[in-house]
This record gives sequence, structure tokens and C-alpha cells, in this order.
Amino acid sequence: MTQRRLVAGLSLGAVAMLALAGCVANNPTDSDSTALTVDSSATSCTVSSDEAPSGNVVFTVSNSGDQVTEFYLLADDGLRIVGEVENIGPGIDRNLVIQARPGNYFTVCKPGMIGAGVDKTAFTVTDSGVDFATDEDLAAQIDAANANYKSYVKDQVENLVVGTEDFAAAYKAGDDDTARELYAPTRVYWERIETVAESFGDLDPSMDLREADLEEGQDWTGWHAIEKDLWPQDAEAGFEAYTQDKRDALADRLVSDTDTLYANVQDLEFTLDQQANGAIGLLDEVATGKVTGEEEFWSHTDLYDFQANIDGAKVLYAGIRDILIEKDAELAEQLDTEFDELQNLLDAQRIGETDFTLYTELTDDEIRAFSDQVNALGEPLSKLTGVLVL
Amino acid sequence: MVDDAKPGLSRRGLFGLTGAAVVGAGVGFGVDRVLTPEASSSGAAAVYPFFGEHQAGIVTPAQDRLHFASFDVSDISRDELKELLEDWSYAASRMTAGQSAGEFGPADGPYDSPPDDTGEALDLPPAGLTITFGFGPSLFDDRFGLSSKRPAALIDLPHFPGDALVDALVGGDLCIQACSDDPQIAVHAIRNLSRIAFGRAKLRWSQLGFGRTSSTTRAQVTPRNLFGFKDGTANMRAEDTALVNKEVWAGGSDWMAGGSYLVSRKIRMTIETWDRTSLREQERVIGRNKGEGAPLSGGTEFTEPDFSITGRGDAPLIDEESHVRLAHPTTNAGATMLRRGYNFVDGNDDLGRLNAGLFFICFQSDPREQFVPIQLSLARNDAMNEYVRHVGSGIFAVPPGATENRAIGAGLFD
Repeated sequence: MTQRRLVAGLSLGAVAMLALAGCVANNPTDSDSTALTVDSSATSCTVSSDEAPSGNVVFTVSNSGDQVTEFYLLADDGLRIVGEVENIGPGIDRNLVIQARPGNYFTVCKPGMIGAGVDKTAFTVTDSGVDFATDEDLAAQIDAANANYKSYVKDQVENLVVGTEDFAAAYKAGDDDTARELYAPTRVYWERIETVAESFGDLDPSMDLREADLEEGQDWTGWHAIEKDLWPQDAEAGFEAYTQDKRDALADRLVSDTDTLYANVQDLEFTLDQQANGAIGLLDEVATGKVTGEEEFWSHTDLYDFQANIDGAKVLYAGIRDILIEKDAELAEQLDTEFDELQNLLDAQRIGETDFTLYTELTDDEIRAFSDQVNALGEPLSKLTGVLVL
Repeated sequence: MVDDAKPGLSRRGLFGLTGAAVVGAGVGFGVDRVLTPEASSSGAAAVYPFFGEHQAGIVTPAQDRLHFASFDVSDISRDELKELLEDWSYAASRMTAGQSAGEFGPADGPYDSPPDDTGEALDLPPAGLTITFGFGPSLFDDRFGLSSKRPAALIDLPHFPGDALVDALVGGDLCIQACSDDPQIAVHAIRNLSRIAFGRAKLRWSQLGFGRTSSTTRAQVTPRNLFGFKDGTANMRAEDTALVNKEVWAGGSDWMAGGSYLVSRKIRMTIETWDRTSLREQERVIGRNKGEGAPLSGGTEFTEPDFSITGRGDAPLIDEESHVRLAHPTTNAGATMLRRGYNFVDGNDDLGRLNAGLFFICFQSDPREQFVPIQLSLARNDAMNEYVRHVGSGIFAVPPGATENRAIGAGLFD
């Protein structure tokens, strides 16, 4: 399935880095917000007040002009961006929610999205007594998290390349036992970084499409096409084992697609919101495909993928956890607990170090417990991006 | 098999020998329910005539509630099928007029017989009930000698990418769409029609719906689906007569002229996952804002989306994968259809998730040119696919309306 959150979040990335300049240590939901309106016309940018108490400030920006507009809150130098909201179509309202520290700022709109903007106006945030944490290290923390995640992704894809070559060789050679043994443990490297892999729109359908996702007449390639040939016992009546030519073609395609993936991930950069959304997206993958046993329809090795998605989400979460603690320690504590609970459920189905119970051997109660825990983790996890980029 | 001698279920006075004058606007039947003038156009008192050029329940202002049922015809003869349709038409003409399903009513008739109406609609107004009948492709096999009558447009739907259809929720020889502003009235209709059919046709699957998800007339405000977004803003309206004539009603001069083609899709929404999704992503997926339903290119709800407007980084304000873009006629070579769907929540599934979604219904003059290409475009690229799963499906030829002398589908047997 295509999960495009990483791509969708791209435009937010730059914003997230900058918006971190203003942040508080408390749980942001504890404080009352100040609600202001902004009217952005072709020639003016009228804010309902030129001051607000420190804490959460919500600017509801209405575009009354006839061009796409943007609204910025700039620091006292008039240049550095504290918060912004972009891509507001004519007639549309959109909120900018920020945690404003006491100080002097400027508000400005940019109808047409070009030039210096209109109506740059002084805006004062008075001291309401809300505590703010120091934020000097945040930029460095974000850089470090990005660097760590980049190397994680590259490392996983390197392992995927090697594993896929072995798997493909066994499959081509007709050594089905070995191929079956390698299938799930190799796919783990894909599933750990699934949201990244899926952000490459052409590769994902070529490598990871399930049979139900095909349209009539479409060629089926990738992992699951081979999966069906290796575990044909659940296949429809009349299903015929693939010919050697077809095996060769599928195996070669999978290897070359994996090489392409490897090349594609070499220069990726991950902003803070992309990392947070990546963790959320991986859990969504679990909720939609793995908990229901639909991903590994033939091999029933869904729990391997489940664990791998969680591995990837945990890596992402660990990378930004320190930043989260400064913003919302309670949320971090809750996420720690829920991740642990989910891991306990997975560990109970572990066989040896790397193997798992097949999905078809789970009881209804066990499946239900997984689903409930995915929801228990998913709800707080979905707050992650909002809290981090606020 | 129905016993023609049994009182209450006879339709002989209507479609058989003596014919027409009886029905009209309900005059001539015993008034056993709250009867209101036909002119009523809204609210609990609304009555929509069963007889007419087209069947009601298509361009009729979408009511709030749905009970949709699909039937398999039992091992009966062609004549018995014809009789079933006559019996159904008779009962439907009565119930839509606010009367009981049979001539005696739920609290009258022979004391040693079960009442010819189940009774839960007693004391209730008609609540805008419409009953719309359709014929599935399987009706046109060799059982009833109807294969030569199968319209070319009544295709077997292709497999669409991502389809997760459940056999028990697919297809059917016959369908009945009952819509009303009162759920009990809609259920009453399906219940009594199912009862009339026992021995001749059996329920295959059925679906309750609440909260219409589209408007079919200008006067109606746009409702919301379970994603929390307005649905059906750009739907065609009954007032768009030229468009409706072209896009909804089947042309030609055969038995389907003046009919339409209904496609139903039971679309499960993974609402738990959706609810955990940021507002940014939700609006990207839909292509409209959540509050007002305005296209992200700007304006208000009914502003035409402008797919060419770009924002930062020259990315289109309405995403390439957004639902509004992919479903829009301009993306589908002008294809459009009349949507008439309903929200559903069928309790919860084994995983403790609400079994919720949209029971999508659309009407069109030719699904090969309308539903199929639009759904193909959506199934390939719609960002919404992440959050929906098509589990049920049906396609039905909806014949033209009945008259006092001709039952629904009489043209099949000419």
C-alpha cells in the first residue's frame, strides 16, 4: 500500500526546523490559547491585535485576496521565521498555532507567495509567566536525529540488497526451502523502513503490491508475487507453479528494484516532522495490513513485518525522544509505556531470536490484544508531529 | 410460492384484470395509516408517487435513511418471477402512499390468519418513502429466458485495484432500495417485501444506512460522511434536467428506456486510522477543507476547484492524488454520475473497530462510461485508498417506473 506521508510532509520540513525557536516545557494542552484573526488581502495584512500573552497563540488566517497567500510570524530581526502557514487559497481560512515566547515580533502576509510581503507590522508577546525551556540545543538535536536516521535507512537497505540477492538466487535455483526460510527475515529490512521505501512512487507497486491491489491485466511483480508461488497451498484452484522463465524474471526484477531503492536512499534528508510522521505511518501500516493478516496472505508471516514496522517506528521515536521530552514529557512517558506493552505482546509470540508465530496460528484473543494495543499506542503517537513542530 | 387465494397479497385488482383506476394517489385503498396529500414535499408527511415515467428514489431529494436489500431468485418459473414483480409493485405502491403492505393491514383481516402487514409502520407517516427496484446481471442467465433482454450496459463489474470484496456482500438477482426519512419506515418496506417474496426470492445481503452522503436537489444542504468531510458537493441535482436526462436515464427504446443503472459499493472506512491523521493530511487526501468544504484552490463550498493553482514549490494546492481531483469530471473525460450514498455503522468488527463506512450508491445511464472509468482512476491513485476498503459490490439495471397497468419490469416479459 502506498503511504506517502513522508512526501506530503516535505513542505513542512523547513518550517518545523524554524518553528522550534519558540517552545515551552509544559504540556501545551495545559495552557489556554489566545485566538487572533488575520485578514490577508491583496494589499493588507490585518491582525486582530498587535499583542498577545506568551503561550499558545492561534492565528486564524483568512485569505480575502484573489491569490494564494502565506502568513509569517517573524522574529525581532524581521527576518528569522518563528512560524508560518502556507498555501492558503483565496477565500480559505487556515490556522497557525505557535507557542510564543515573550518578545518583539513582526507579522506579515505574502499574497502571491513572492516578494517581501505586505503590511509588516510589529507584534508584541507579553510575559504571561508561562515557563519556557532553553532551546539552544534543539537545532543540534534535530541535526543529530536526522543524521542517525539517514544512516539507519541506508544500513537497512544495504542489508535488504544482500538479503534479496540470496533470496532471489535460491528462488531461481529452485531451492524453495531456502527461499521460504529467507523470505520473512529479508523482508524485515523493507518493513523497517517501509514509509521511506513507499515514498518512491514507482518502486513500491513494483516491489510490494499484493494481488488484490492489481488491476485487470496488470503484471504482478515483487515480493508477494513470489510469495504466492512459494506458498501455493492457499492459492485458487487451478493455480499453476511459475515457469523457470517467470521465476527468473521476477527474481531479477526484485534484485534490480532493490538496487534502485539503494541508490535512491543515499541522499535522503529527514526533517523533524518527517521523522515523526514516519513513526506514525509505520504504526498505520501495522493497523491496516499486519494486524489483519492481509499483508502476508500466502506465507502468514505477518508478525515478522509487524515487529519490523515497530522496530522502525521505535528507531524514529528514539531519535526524537529527547526533543519530545523537552516539549511534552508526559507524552514521551506514555509512548514509552505503550511501545513496551506492544513489544511484550510481540515477544510472547517470538520463537527463538528471529522467528514468530504464523498469523494463522494466533487465537482470536491474541489478535484482538494486538489490535487494542496498536490503538493504545496509535492515539498518543498521532500527537507526536503536532507537539514537535508547534 | 404464494397462494393466490390468500387475502391481502393479491395484486389482481391492480396489474391484472380490472386495471387502473384504483390507485392514483392512493384513493381507493383503505386508509390505515396517516395519509397526507401527495403535494407534500418535505418532512415526515412527504409522499412521493410510486408510479411515473421513472422510478422514485433516484432524483427524489435524498432521504435521510436507507435500507437496501439484494435478493437471489429461487427455483421458480418465468411466470412466477413476473408475479413476484407484480406483487412487489402492488405492495410498494401501497406502502409509499402511507398504507399497509396488504389490503387488510396489520391489525385487521381474518382472525386466524397472520396480518398481511407486519405493523411497525402503524401510526407513522410515510416519511418520504421511496422503493426502487433493480435487476442484477445474474437474472439474465438461462433460468427465466431473459438472456436476450440483458442490456449491454449491465456489465459484470471488473476487479478494481485494492478490492477486498466479501462474497456474501456482492451481487444479487434483484435489488430493492428503500429510502425514507424514518428508519423504521425503510425497514418496514424491506421486511414486508422480503416476506412477500419468501419461496420466490431470498435475501442475499442487506444494508442499513443513515445520514445521506449526498444531495440530489439544490434545496438540500451538503451532508457529511464519516470522514467528517462534506460529501457530494459537486453532485448533479434533479434541477439539472439536461444533465440528468443525459447522464442518469437510459436512452434507447427497449425495455430499459427511462430506467437507469445502479452501482452499489460497500466501502469500509478504517476510521480509527483516519482519526489519527493530521488535519493537513486529511485535507490533502480530500482536496477540500474540512470546515466549509471549499476546494483547497480557494473560494467557498460551491466554487469550482481550480486544479492548476500551485503553492509553495509549485506544488498544486489540490494534490495530484486527492479525491476531489481524481473524481472530478475533468479528470475523467467528462464522466459524472448521480451519487446517492449513505453512511453505515454495522456495530464493530472482531478487532474492536467500528465496522463503519459509506454505502455508496450511484445512478447513471451507462456504467461502462461512468462508474467504471471513474472508479478505475480512483482505485489506482486516490490517496484515500489508504483509509478505505471496498468490501461489497452490486450492479443493477433499474427499469423505468411502473404505471397503474404495468408492474415494475413488465417490459422484461413483453
